Amino acid sequence: MPSQDQRKKRLDRSINVRSTGLYALSSWREMTYLLAPRLLLIVGLLVLPLVLDHYWQRVLCTAGVFAILALSFDFLAEYVGLVCLGGALFIGFGGYAAGLLNEYLGLPPVVTIPLAAVIGACLSTLVIMPCLRLRGIYFAIITFMLPLFARNVIIALSLFGSTEGITGLDTLPNIWVEQYVIVIAVLVILFALRRFASEDVGLIMMAVKDNDRAVLASGISIFRYRVLAVFIAALMGCFAGAYLTHLYGWLGLSLFAMDFSILPIAATVMGGMGTLVGPVIGALILSPLSEALRGLGQLRVVLYCLLLLLFILYKPEGLMNFLERKYHQFERLEKV
Amino acid sequence: MESVLIYGAINSVTFALTAIGFSLVYGVSRIPNFAHGAIYVLVGFLTWSLVNDLNLNYGLSIVISLTIASVVGLAIYQFVLIRLRGMPTSEIIASFAVSLIILEGLRLQGIGGFKGFIGPNYMLRPFFDGKIAIFNVFVDYQRLIVVGAGVVLAVGMWFFTHRTKIGLSLRAIAQDEQAAMMLGINSDRAAMISMAIGSALAGLAAVIILPLGNVTAEAGYHVLVYALAVCIIGGLGSWAGTFLAAFLVGFAMKVSTYMFGALWESVVLVGTIILVLLIKPSGLLGKQKELEERV
Repeated sequence: MPSQDQRKKRLDRSINVRSTGLYALSSWREMTYLLAPRLLLIVGLLVLPLVLDHYWQRVLCTAGVFAILALSFDFLAEYVGLVCLGGALFIGFGGYAAGLLNEYLGLPPVVTIPLAAVIGACLSTLVIMPCLRLRGIYFAIITFMLPLFARNVIIALSLFGSTEGITGLDTLPNIWVEQYVIVIAVLVILFALRRFASEDVGLIMMAVKDNDRAVLASGISIFRYRVLAVFIAALMGCFAGAYLTHLYGWLGLSLFAMDFSILPIAATVMGGMGTLVGPVIGALILSPLSEALRGLGQLRVVLYCLLLLLFILYKPEGLMNFLERKYHQFERLEKV
Repeated sequence: MESVLIYGAINSVTFALTAIGFSLVYGVSRIPNFAHGAIYVLVGFLTWSLVNDLNLNYGLSIVISLTIASVVGLAIYQFVLIRLRGMPTSEIIASFAVSLIILEGLRLQGIGGFKGFIGPNYMLRPFFDGKIAIFNVFVDYQRLIVVGAGVVLAVGMWFFTHRTKIGLSLRAIAQDEQAAMMLGINSDRAAMISMAIGSALAGLAAVIILPLGNVTAEAGYHVLVYALAVCIIGGLGSWAGTFLAAFLVGFAMKVSTYMFGALWESVVLVGTIILVLLIKPSGLLGKQKELEERV
């Protein structure tokens, strides 16, 4: 601990400064410095399926689903300014769409998953559209209720197997396909979103978050961009849902369970909001953790909420921002 | 038909009771207290345990558990929310985490011999047994107490916010925080008081309403959703709006149950919300800071 007359001084590493410009290309060392963390994640995720045993391979699949949901939450909250507590809605719509296409039209998973992602995303966007004129807590509350609402509609109309759900849907061919589909999806979505955020569209969305009046004053329709953002987030979420349905070969009301709304949020907060990589790492830590704690029953939920609370109170920047700082900068104590 | 009217009115007052605490906290301190439903259920179980495990007097145990509720509300503000003021996302996530900790914590099993509050065995006794016929519809006394309490609470809240010093300072904070702070009103203390009162109100609603059925942890989520729905429809932070919306929702749900069946209740609920938001995004009577909450 620093004493009274000392303070922490934080400086950029020299290699960090040297590798910011185009000249980074001139040296292997600087290239490695830039590429190493990215490669670590990509290679790590690609190798992971090979080293795990069968049980943990399945856990990796669900962790991937949560990672995608966390990405979609992070994207909406930090890049567009819409806090969406209803991740379960995306999972539910995507899952039901895929399951129904498979059950009634007999389409194989190769077709149903992308198709269901699009159909589900359109539906979710339509449902969320009336609420898009709201923001902040109003939007959060409405989206929190939507999955409950969807559940109740399904029960009330006794649609699609009602409370029982539909079993015996096609599953993916084998464990390797199952794993690599989701791992590659996570990586593609992650890097695509990072690119997207720095494109013109992404910049406008950032502006919508930071100062919507200014965007409005520039003659740009906020509403249109919000719809687009929700559609993109829903597309990811519905893809995850469709995948989940085919992973278990089953669809039912628990696709709308609150787990799908809460765990991604916890993962995002833990990993670092607004970093996009953080949520993925958070999901990869949290879902195996909650799997390992499965025997504890309700205590599991309590524990991960406690973890969430501790992170939001004492480490609000999240793991990723912390690691990034350690990587780019060094600290030393200095006399005041 | 009479039964729809009477039970609709009772239902409406029930909603108003559950929503008023949430509305107060949000109106004063702009804190969306997602732990509202959790405190509601917590008070139900506390009262039950005090009566059945410690054999305390019913009235006394209600007073004790209401006190505990306001202490819990105070603690949530003091230890959690105070660090997150002004960051709505974090406030929502943190208070929701607290809510889940309480609700799922109540269902924990097997730690220190704690059995967990699961199952239909937890019932609070009605204050008075018996029924009375109003226009040929039988209504039990507890439901009349609910209505009575609602009316008393509405008048009491009006009196509290318009005539007492604390109430006036709370309203001042709600209207213009900076001006209020310049006049020497401590905004953190006001928010803390509002959390304490809001939690006590949630608890009060619990002890009045819960004797109508049994106490379950799941009720916490429903109460939260209903309270949020009523507050959104009425306009967040507007108390007159809260009561108006409670009546709108209460009757809409009873009428739909009467016409289509019980399963449609929640569909009608969310349908009403979306309809109201489409027509008037700030809610029926939500005027405060209307521009900031919508685009």
